[in-house]
Amino acid sequence: MSETRERILRDIRNSLGRDRLDPDRESELRARIARHRRNPLPTRAIALGHWEQLELFVTMAEEAQATVTRVNSPAAVPEAIARYLAAENLPAELVMAPDASLDAIPWSSWPLLHIRRGRAEAEDRISFTPCHAAIAETGTLMLISGPQTPTTLNFLPETHIVLLHAHQVVATYEDGWDRLRTGQTPQELPRAINFVTGPSRTADIEQHIELGAHGPRRLHIVLIENGEAAGSEENEHRKAPSR
Amino acid sequence: MLATSRDFKAAARAGLANDNLQRALGLARTGFPLRRRLAIERLPEFEALREAGRSIKDHTLQHLDFYLELYESQVQASGGKVHWAHDAAEACGAVLEICRSADAKTVTKGKSMVAEEVGLNDFLKASGITPIETDLGEYIIQLRHEPPSHIIAPAIHLVKEQVAETFRAEHRSLDPGRLLAEPRQMCDEARAMLRPHFLAADVGITGANFLVAETGSSIIVTNEGNGDLTQTLPRIHIVVTSIEKLVPTFEDAATLLRLLARSATGQEFSSYTTISTGPRRAGDLDGPEQYHVVLLDNGRSAMIGTEFQDMLRCIRCSACMNHCPVYAAVGGHAYGWVYPGPMGAVLTPNLIGIEEAGHLPNASTFCGRCESVCPVKIPLPKMLRHWREREYAKKLNPAVYRSALSAWGWVARHPALYHALTEAASRALSWAGGGRGRFRALPLAAGWTRVRDMPAPEGRSFHSLWAERQKRRGVR
Repeated sequence: MSETRERILRDIRNSLGRDRLDPDRESELRARIARHRRNPLPTRAIALGHWEQLELFVTMAEEAQATVTRVNSPAAVPEAIARYLAAENLPAELVMAPDASLDAIPWSSWPLLHIRRGRAEAEDRISFTPCHAAIAETGTLMLISGPQTPTTLNFLPETHIVLLHAHQVVATYEDGWDRLRTGQTPQELPRAINFVTGPSRTADIEQHIELGAHGPRRLHIVLIENGEAAGSEENEHRKAPSR
Repeated sequence: MLATSRDFKAAARAGLANDNLQRALGLARTGFPLRRRLAIERLPEFEALREAGRSIKDHTLQHLDFYLELYESQVQASGGKVHWAHDAAEACGAVLEICRSADAKTVTKGKSMVAEEVGLNDFLKASGITPIETDLGEYIIQLRHEPPSHIIAPAIHLVKEQVAETFRAEHRSLDPGRLLAEPRQMCDEARAMLRPHFLAADVGITGANFLVAETGSSIIVTNEGNGDLTQTLPRIHIVVTSIEKLVPTFEDAATLLRLLARSATGQEFSSYTTISTGPRRAGDLDGPEQYHVVLLDNGRSAMIGTEFQDMLRCIRCSACMNHCPVYAAVGGHAYGWVYPGPMGAVLTPNLIGIEEAGHLPNASTFCGRCESVCPVKIPLPKMLRHWREREYAKKLNPAVYRSALSAWGWVARHPALYHALTEAASRALSWAGGGRGRFRALPLAAGWTRVRDMPAPEGRSFHSLWAERQKRRGVR
């Protein structure tokens, strides 16, 4: 196919009325990339303090039909999950990401939760995963693939439960990306980065929005608010976001 | 895909007379524009984002050779492979070769307009591989052996009763007495029918909304999650896409993503935006072992540097067709090829030739809504006009039309004659219209008067009234 490659590049240069760019111009373009200059960003997200961003995230996620439970500490997570599953009339059986960050949760405090760790299989109904970041501007979760966080957990089961720490909330997609990109080459990027906003949906039949087309029917977020890196000083200024 | 754009007039007439189509279009006509407007009212930066989106795409096109080479080298660095394709046949051939080299029997597909453009499904089927469409709308029209009628809502021309009928005819293993009255039941049925295909497929084919040169990544945007299951579960992931999807950085992609969902469905963000970079990494528990990108030109490189270059900015959001009175009246199938609506009327002649697509540039009232809602500010009406000029220059219009247009053009270049003739015609028509003030029939205008009355002129032309008024006011 290298003939075709050369032909397409030649056709493009002919249409542009020039030869291959000279090395100086190419260096300029590489420098443009390296600057990672941001285009205009939504003020509604970047003008907020951290706690307001958190509130905006919750508002937007709920608007996209995700559900959110707030807890005070990792110790409260097993109960929060068990109560959610009971309320939704779902079995207390999870497939959980084999991620070390979830080891600190005292699962033995809620022995009725059956937990398997690994990737999702066809018969798994409920998954539980950490996330990389949460984007306030649209209530979007940012999940990344890796040995400890398989992608199938985000898409195969009917119910996806995500653990979010308050300090993981950022304003924009770019902020989430920066947390990931720092010092990484493409080979080191995760294979998949999933921005997830609410559960799966379709409007393909008569524009009627139905949840749970092929991915999860339910997206539930367990948010740990306290005992986090975010300072108590900001906490005092907590108020409803202006939108 | 075989084009039937030559038959636009007949197909448009059939569309207007199709009750199911008119019911289905009625639902779309109000829904899409309303949701888009509400989303944009919440984002004061939308206009600034449109400007930024336009300049990102213009910058990339001006340096497309550089960004394509960079993109390819980064795909390779992450363990993937790029297959360049000059035309549809090469793209299909590349996909088949990948499937055969991996001894693949079953293929699932996420929605891809480029795959539609190259006719991939028919080609693979003829080669012994049946691809299963997994987007609900695409799945429905695949079962019905129909092409998509809209670029993001492929089954928008159907009402739910037609979908139920199709499911009953095709899902023969299910209880014939089951209830299929509401979209919910049909969604659940499609979910259950498609799940085994997702799990069994050897190859998953998706399109790409954007390609990021800096990282060699492909980005897909979906609501159903079918694209993600398609590209995560099989051994091999093939991205079928085209050269103008490139953007330099993730920051640039983020700007276009902010425009895309709002312009398309009026969502703040689609449910799933996924960035894929290469195959499964060491230690990963899932994801494809091979990652391929089939990168199509198919006439796009020839558009650069012409009056149609701006069309390459298109991000396939569908806002133009969602706001087009012609599309809303006749539906997408009338356009006769892959891309309908205003963007299709401009792009189709570029890709298959004005000889094949001559009617499409005329399928417009020039109302300008398409340009006013375009997230990357493509001057669609201007480009439709360019196509009409080329059509005229190539003598593709009927002789009567051409002579009439030439005659009018000659008269219009002679103002005194023009004013005298229009004044005379106004008076004559006013007199002939008599007391009724309208015509029920008029020679040479049967196309109009067959379906509605023609209002009669008041008796004077604007020019003569204006001249008289200026004279009264003492202006010369």
